[in-house]
Amino acid sequence: MPGQSVGAVKSQRAHFDQPLHLRSGGVLPAYDLVYETYGSLNAAKSNAILVCHALSGHHHIAGHYAEQPDNIGWWDNIVGPGRPLDTDKFFIVGLNNLGGCHGSTGPSSLNPATGKPWGADFPIVAVNDWVHAQARLADLLGIDSWAAVMGGSLGGMQALRWSITYPERVRNAIVIAAAPKLSAQNIAFNDVARQAILTDPDFHGGNYYEHNTRPVRGLRLARMLGHITYLSDDQMGEKFGRELRNSAFSFGFDVEFEVESYLRYQGDKFAGYFDANTYLLMTKALDYFDPSREDGGNLTATMARTQANFLIASFTTDWRFTPARSKEIVAALLANGRNVSYAEIDLNFGHDSFLMDDAHYHGVVDAYLRNIKL
Amino acid sequence: MTHTLGRPDFDLIAAWIEPGHRVLDLGCGDGTLLKHLIETRGVQGWGVEIDDSNILAAIRNGINVIQGNLERGLDEFADQAFDHVVLSRTLQTVRHTEGILLEMLRVGREAVVSFPNFAYWKNLRSVLDGRMPVSEDLPYQWYDSPNVRFFTLLDFEALCEKMGLLIRERHVLDEQGNIVANTDNREVNFLGSLAVYRLTRAR
Repeated sequence: MPGQSVGAVKSQRAHFDQPLHLRSGGVLPAYDLVYETYGSLNAAKSNAILVCHALSGHHHIAGHYAEQPDNIGWWDNIVGPGRPLDTDKFFIVGLNNLGGCHGSTGPSSLNPATGKPWGADFPIVAVNDWVHAQARLADLLGIDSWAAVMGGSLGGMQALRWSITYPERVRNAIVIAAAPKLSAQNIAFNDVARQAILTDPDFHGGNYYEHNTRPVRGLRLARMLGHITYLSDDQMGEKFGRELRNSAFSFGFDVEFEVESYLRYQGDKFAGYFDANTYLLMTKALDYFDPSREDGGNLTATMARTQANFLIASFTTDWRFTPARSKEIVAALLANGRNVSYAEIDLNFGHDSFLMDDAHYHGVVDAYLRNIKL
Repeated sequence: MTHTLGRPDFDLIAAWIEPGHRVLDLGCGDGTLLKHLIETRGVQGWGVEIDDSNILAAIRNGINVIQGNLERGLDEFADQAFDHVVLSRTLQTVRHTEGILLEMLRVGREAVVSFPNFAYWKNLRSVLDGRMPVSEDLPYQWYDSPNVRFFTLLDFEALCEKMGLLIRERHVLDEQGNIVANTDNREVNFLGSLAVYRLTRAR
């Protein structure tokens, strides 16, 4: 990849004690958000880009920690001097969303009212709640309007939601591998993942922290299922095919095919650090996401409220949020005469393509961002 | 005569488009025409392109560009969303000729179509000499040409009549980009290398 890494970075923490009223009717009386920034905010405070994370992401987008050189940000390949999110031009902000498990207030945080982890009592958060919380972080940083809000997948949905909720605060929205709302199939996959967690005997109704255990089996299954939906059939075929770990069938239920080995490894790794309650919350945020609901399902009417310019991108092999789903957003923007460009990128990595370092994909994002006037 | 950006049809197209109009350019390439129209006519423009490198170039040019395949129609565009829909030197590359013309006049009030005229005398002479024509306006060999439809001015006008499309204006250019006087139709068909039409639906 061209350009350079941002190098060693540090996380920061902000405390907010103004209550946040949530879409679910719940209220968070106070909360913390952890975030990272790269580059410098210019004097006019006009060069800030908010990068929103997807289901399992967090605030550590780019660079590494001085004491953990191998802990590289999840979208490091796109951020840094000379990279599309050029830190010589832009001030990049990433945060861990509410309900997360990487430092921001979430189900594993202590509930000040009880002195115990929130667990099942943590309120359901919606994408719009995240946007409101992110807006408060923007206030704290002195950012009136973002040069761009961007993200892939669930992160793209936040960028879309920003453009609707705070039209005057978003000059550009970059929505990658997203959809205007989930399909029945998308929700079905999420529900199977949730059922894996909810039916794990170690789940304890969400209060597993008190039992000094974690629903590792359920979380592992949820991640294995999710992972299948992030990859393309072609890519799995190329990567694993029907390769066996040993040369012959063993006629048993242990790991035999390489794809099994890979999925189990991914499941184990994820279940080792991710919080199951956060996983449940994130999938519900996805399921509930549907900005057009405020307009009786008319997305064109919803997008009439936007003022931003848009870059929408999808990937040909993404069967989770197909190009057709991105085109629904494009059509609603076009119907309102908005400035919008749409790229359908031919990459073989399914939904996960949005994280890949591809010259054309990054070229498109780079070209779009270079034209942003500060 | 010098022409805008080396494209004699661009000046003619620009002259038909009024400031502030909403323009859709199908097969917009790197967005050169739209950029010209935005800068000189103050239009609001969008392009449609299939090719990755053109998508990148158009975005680099600051043009709104939608990646898509004209053969599959213009589903993402609403009825009568544009004042002008431009199809510049692209009709001969589209298999669904009638489909795209109908789509253009569904999403736009007016269609602007330019295409190379296969009946241009030099093209005819080339065929008489036994070789497929290669010219300024047909710059390809037969084996690498993106063109899939081969037609003349008169063919196109017959199709418009069959489809009930109204030809509001027509300009015909020779290979140097000079206007061919609108005299006898057969003569124009013989002398013109590139034709530019302004179409609407019949009232």
